[in-house]
Amino acid sequence: MIGFLIQRILQALMVVIAMSVIVFLGVYAIGNPIDVMIDPASDQALRESLIQRYGFDRPLYEQYFIFMNNMLHGDLGESFIYRLPVLELILSRLPATLELALTAMMIATCLGIPLGLWAGYKPDSLSAKAIMGFSVLGFSVPTFWVGLLLIMAFAVELGWLPSGGRGPTTEVLGMQLSITSLEGWSYIILPAFNLALFKLGLLIRLTRAGTIEVMSSDFVRFARAQGLSEGKVVGLHVLKNISIPIVTVFGLELGSTLAFAVVTETVFNWPGMGKLIIDSITVLDRPVMVAYLILVVFLFVIINLVVDLIYGQLDPRIRVKAAS
Amino acid sequence: MSTASVTAAPAETRLHRLANFWADFRQSPVAVAALAVIVVIVLMAVFAPLVAPQDPYNQETLDLFDARLEPGEIGSGGYVHWIGTDAAGRDVFSAILYGLRTSLIVGVMAGALALVLGASVGLVAAYYGGRVEALIMRVIDLQLSLPAILLALVLVAMLGQGLPQLIAALVAAQYAYFARTTHGAASAERRKDYIEAALSTPLPARQVLFRHLLPNALPPLIVVATVQVANSIALEATLSFLGLGLPLTQPSLGSLISNGFQFLLSGRYWISIYPGIALMLTVVAINLVGDQVRNVLNPRRSR
Amino acid sequence: MSEAVLRVKDLRTQFKTRAGVLKAVDGVSFEVGRGRILGLVGESGSGKSVTGYSILGLIEPPGEIAGGEVLLNGQDLTRLKSEAMRKIRGAQIAMVFQDPMMTLNPVLKIGTQMIAAVRAHDRVSRKVARGRARDALAKVGIPSPEERLDSYPHQLSGGMRQRVAIAIALLHNPAVILADEPTTALDVSIQGQILAEVRRLADETGTAFVWVTHDLAVVSSLADDICVMYAGRVVETGPAADVIASPRHPYTAGLLASVPAEHEPGTRLPQVPGSTPSLANLPPGCAFAPRCAKAGPACTTTPPVQHFEDGRTALCNYPIEPVSCQPLSSTSTTYRSAS
Repeated sequence: MIGFLIQRILQALMVVIAMSVIVFLGVYAIGNPIDVMIDPASDQALRESLIQRYGFDRPLYEQYFIFMNNMLHGDLGESFIYRLPVLELILSRLPATLELALTAMMIATCLGIPLGLWAGYKPDSLSAKAIMGFSVLGFSVPTFWVGLLLIMAFAVELGWLPSGGRGPTTEVLGMQLSITSLEGWSYIILPAFNLALFKLGLLIRLTRAGTIEVMSSDFVRFARAQGLSEGKVVGLHVLKNISIPIVTVFGLELGSTLAFAVVTETVFNWPGMGKLIIDSITVLDRPVMVAYLILVVFLFVIINLVVDLIYGQLDPRIRVKAAS
Repeated sequence: MSTASVTAAPAETRLHRLANFWADFRQSPVAVAALAVIVVIVLMAVFAPLVAPQDPYNQETLDLFDARLEPGEIGSGGYVHWIGTDAAGRDVFSAILYGLRTSLIVGVMAGALALVLGASVGLVAAYYGGRVEALIMRVIDLQLSLPAILLALVLVAMLGQGLPQLIAALVAAQYAYFARTTHGAASAERRKDYIEAALSTPLPARQVLFRHLLPNALPPLIVVATVQVANSIALEATLSFLGLGLPLTQPSLGSLISNGFQFLLSGRYWISIYPGIALMLTVVAINLVGDQVRNVLNPRRSR
Repeated sequence: MSEAVLRVKDLRTQFKTRAGVLKAVDGVSFEVGRGRILGLVGESGSGKSVTGYSILGLIEPPGEIAGGEVLLNGQDLTRLKSEAMRKIRGAQIAMVFQDPMMTLNPVLKIGTQMIAAVRAHDRVSRKVARGRARDALAKVGIPSPEERLDSYPHQLSGGMRQRVAIAIALLHNPAVILADEPTTALDVSIQGQILAEVRRLADETGTAFVWVTHDLAVVSSLADDICVMYAGRVVETGPAADVIASPRHPYTAGLLASVPAEHEPGTRLPQVPGSTPSLANLPPGCAFAPRCAKAGPACTTTPPVQHFEDGRTALCNYPIEPVSCQPLSSTSTTYRSAS
């Protein structure tokens, strides 16, 4: 088990390092960042001093090592545009994104698992077919387009909910959160639902497939032969068995939800990390781009690691394999 | 006569197989309808210059007096703008037809290139085995654990805007799916005895690769390819919507929607809603067809 | 024979498929008394498992019970509503399946599964339920039952798992246990232990067993009575010893002749020619006729059930004449009760 853990951690480290090189090179190798930072008409002395200050005159690999060294000390550079430390900038946007992503995952889970269970329990019923149709829409229609439709329907036509932005926030454990107030919810519900749709479609499919498989298994037949009620069969046997793939996907999808938040945040003008990165790409604010990408990859790797560990806890068969 | 029947036999069975495939495919009326939608969409895109009342990118035919006309109004061109005009006075219907062209070209090109690249990588991994396979598949797995949108974002940020850059980004973000699929099917076949036997004869490698390994990977590849074309179209639209895809001089459905987004809140919904409907129809139809192809090709499909 | 606990009368189960209506069980009748073991014998596809599922009301669409009665202590189970049937399943009539690898949920502890089975019928606390589960494990001869309750199925051997399944079936002291090829997947030595255990349980608890199997060796050593099925119909019934000693239906005779143990070493093993017909296109009349050496012109219509004076029956126009009773080879073990 320890060996497995160490192997996974080493692997994770390698991914982060590889990604940091690719991202750094890719992002810094194009264009001249100095042109973005200052007015092209400004004098040569200012130019020189800035080049010196940011180290643009050094060879790329030196810049990378300086960058990595700084990163290890928690310094990811300074935004060209906001003139703020990048880490501070990104972290200030993190709660908004996390709040959005977690609310979306919650919506997807609370709707997706029951709907998927039903669709798998009665696969031939009309309602199951409607659920499956919905799930196809959920993960094939592009997120941003659904977002537009939601704004169109609930903000423009019905006028029930605001069309974008984030509501009033209160500080909880040092983080600014908006889900603490009803008004905050009115702002988050549309983008969260929008972000949830893809996961919802995925979760419905996954739960349905798992349910159909488990329902046709011998142990469900045996459980019924023991006189277990249908509720007990589903609640005990089906739920426990499908929980394994679902937890895996849930974990992996948490990472991709953070990535997909880029789209939803842009549509709903939600002031999170995703909005920040899109703005940064458009104006070529490189330190922000690099730091964001490395941070997201880092989060991803951590999530994958945790999912692997939870997976082992849930499935006794794996636990035995890992131990032996 | 005998020679004719011998040469005709394989063609006949192939035809027969195709007929069988169609018979199975037809079982789902939804999939048949989706296929019809795709055919109509492709035809409209291909013959856009003939179908569209206006060439939306010929500046001379545009008139700012026609800007933001509502659906059904008649503009200075003397014809009805059935679904309105955009801020530059472009007929939205015409813009959609030309946008469809771009979207379909991007989707099909990216899908096809990703298929070729991914299938090659997967075949090479399955054929050589050992360390080469382990290394390639490790990289593929790592890449698959990152969401495609993130990879595409990085690549677009690195490569800049433009059609070739965009397609390159989409291919790089999606080839891994093909590689994993090909590798899965081909390596299962690779382990069979007859391949070992073929390898011990002086048969050229390409014969084993293309005669035995590739055909086994084809059915799942077809399914992945259908879905990935839809994904490419959706991903391109998303990138364009974010302002990172194609420039407005070469608009796809995504850029059209993005272009109309600012007018949505003021009630001029048609500028982005109709391109969106076209996008949705395209993507959903391809996915539905892909689903049914998967059902038909899956040998253990159970109903 | 004592009063029958379970009496199946003219049971018919069909599956509606695209290829037409498949009569998987076509007029099956048999009965089994308290503490007795009935061997339900047939090849795969003969409808013996479907018969078991029909009795428990576990037939799912496109299958349905088209007719007949399943009388458990006089009550017709086919007429019960689903909730009433659920209350009977596991409590009065239980079932054990073929593959012990598959019948226990791999991700739930043995204890969790057994407690759920207890509480499906009795509203008792978890603690009481756990106690009863432990007792049931002890009853089927599982060592250190308390520890086993905290095990996962994969930590047990195949034989142990099948004992657990039997223990679950015994939890509510049912009147009847249907066992669907429960020892087929096990080693022969383990099979022997379990058969001995089952015989003991039948004698001690009075539970009746319907032992579904394709293995005549198992039946000859375990069952009191035999019921042979072919293509959804019962072709022969009678006391196990008599049927094995002197089969009256040509199919039973063919089956018996192809048991290796009863055969002279070094000579070619006789087989029943041909293969089991598909239910989708059964021949008219006797389904066995195309493979039968004794078949005659009368076999193109459904043969009558012949009742013989010793209480045995055969579904045949040309039954084999009885031979004088001779004991089975003395080497084979017998778990049949002395009665």
